[in-house]
Amino acid sequence: MDKTVKNAKEAIEGIRDNMTVMFGGFGLCGIPENTIMELSKTNIKGLICISNNCGVDDFGLGLMLKNHQIKKMVSSYVGENAEFERQMLSGELEVELLPQGSLAEKIRAGGAGIPAFYVPAGYGTEVGIGKESREFNGQMHLLEHALTADFAVVKAWKGDTAGNLIYKYTANNFNSMMAMAGRITIAEVEELVPVGELDPNFIHTSGIFVQRIFQGVDYEKRIEQLTLSKQ
Amino acid sequence: MALDKNQIAARIAREIKDGNYVNLGIGIPTLVANYIPKGIIVTLQSENGMLGMGPFPTMETVDADLINAGKQTITYLPGASFFDSATSFAMIRGGHVDVTILGAFEVSEKGDIASWKVPGKLIKGMGGAMDLVASAKNIIVAMQHTNKEGQSKLLKECTLPLTGVNCVKRIVSDLAVLDVVGKGFKLIERAPGVSVEQIQKATEGTLIVEGDIPEIIF
Repeated sequence: MDKTVKNAKEAIEGIRDNMTVMFGGFGLCGIPENTIMELSKTNIKGLICISNNCGVDDFGLGLMLKNHQIKKMVSSYVGENAEFERQMLSGELEVELLPQGSLAEKIRAGGAGIPAFYVPAGYGTEVGIGKESREFNGQMHLLEHALTADFAVVKAWKGDTAGNLIYKYTANNFNSMMAMAGRITIAEVEELVPVGELDPNFIHTSGIFVQRIFQGVDYEKRIEQLTLSKQ
Repeated sequence: MALDKNQIAARIAREIKDGNYVNLGIGIPTLVANYIPKGIIVTLQSENGMLGMGPFPTMETVDADLINAGKQTITYLPGASFFDSATSFAMIRGGHVDVTILGAFEVSEKGDIASWKVPGKLIKGMGGAMDLVASAKNIIVAMQHTNKEGQSKLLKECTLPLTGVNCVKRIVSDLAVLDVVGKGFKLIERAPGVSVEQIQKATEGTLIVEGDIPEIIF
């Protein structure tokens, strides 16, 4: 089955105002640069975005934030972005902060058909306010509900036309789970190959989870904290 | 003499045993990697999705796809593995990570920790800290004993929003090594030249002192 679309423009067909969209990546590592750039050129607005972080002021989801396309962010850490702070303090942007592991598992559960689950993270903190709690094995846990999205946008290193994906190093992060949790999942890859060229023993995301795939262009792969050894 | 950041890190490194899988937080905990005793094998976990974290790269080996949880560029060691965030937190939540070392604004005598939010200041988020403190078997906190105004950060009750409850096992501050034993902070070791009285004065929570308290030897 060939799931190839031409480019980011074709890939985002059907994303509308007020939809929920997941974006893979940790910081700027493994973010779907092409699709974010393309969305930032549209007038689509009111989006609920689920992403561990929200880019930086002039890159990644920061671009869409600057255009006021995002109504709400669901994230675990959002500290790298001055415009984010401004919009949050002024009330323009709604923010739901979640423990990173709970966020990851909520997305995994969404993709795996598990409506909710218990975790210890956040019990006794403000994250637990309004959530059901229950004791298991002598420890208190919070009920966390699964997350799904109208669209999930992920970035992989290599992919084939059937949608099988391989990530590189730590650029996997939230991409694997989000690929499972989107009703429509868009994958952008650095290298798109015909079916049969990827070793099936080393596929991270099976093609079943991916509906659209394209080879991205001009990857900038910006580094947030360039840190080098002294020697 | 109170310990400096590197001395706090060096003292914490002694808590790490051969074969341990260890998660190091941002700040002083990151420095612990520099003091892991020779001859033991320790695997560092980074919650953004890797085991077997190595030192920072050179300009020639830097790769934007290879970062740690602080978003710094890093390298990997032989035997390393990469995985997604859900698997990473399965390692943490499932108790597979042996030791977690992180910083704190405040710790209470019950082992509650506040480390992510100061009301009125920029809210950045908790990242993985709430997952780590709720699940790790052995949580060691690296912190300053008092704030810049000299007020204690080892309290009866935390005043800042909590990261987790009843979870901290051991604290290494600039003044002392202390265990959280439920009824208070049990003094284990003193920084060289720091008296029990000085530590008592800097500790708002209950300080438990039993017998002679040795100095940390470097």
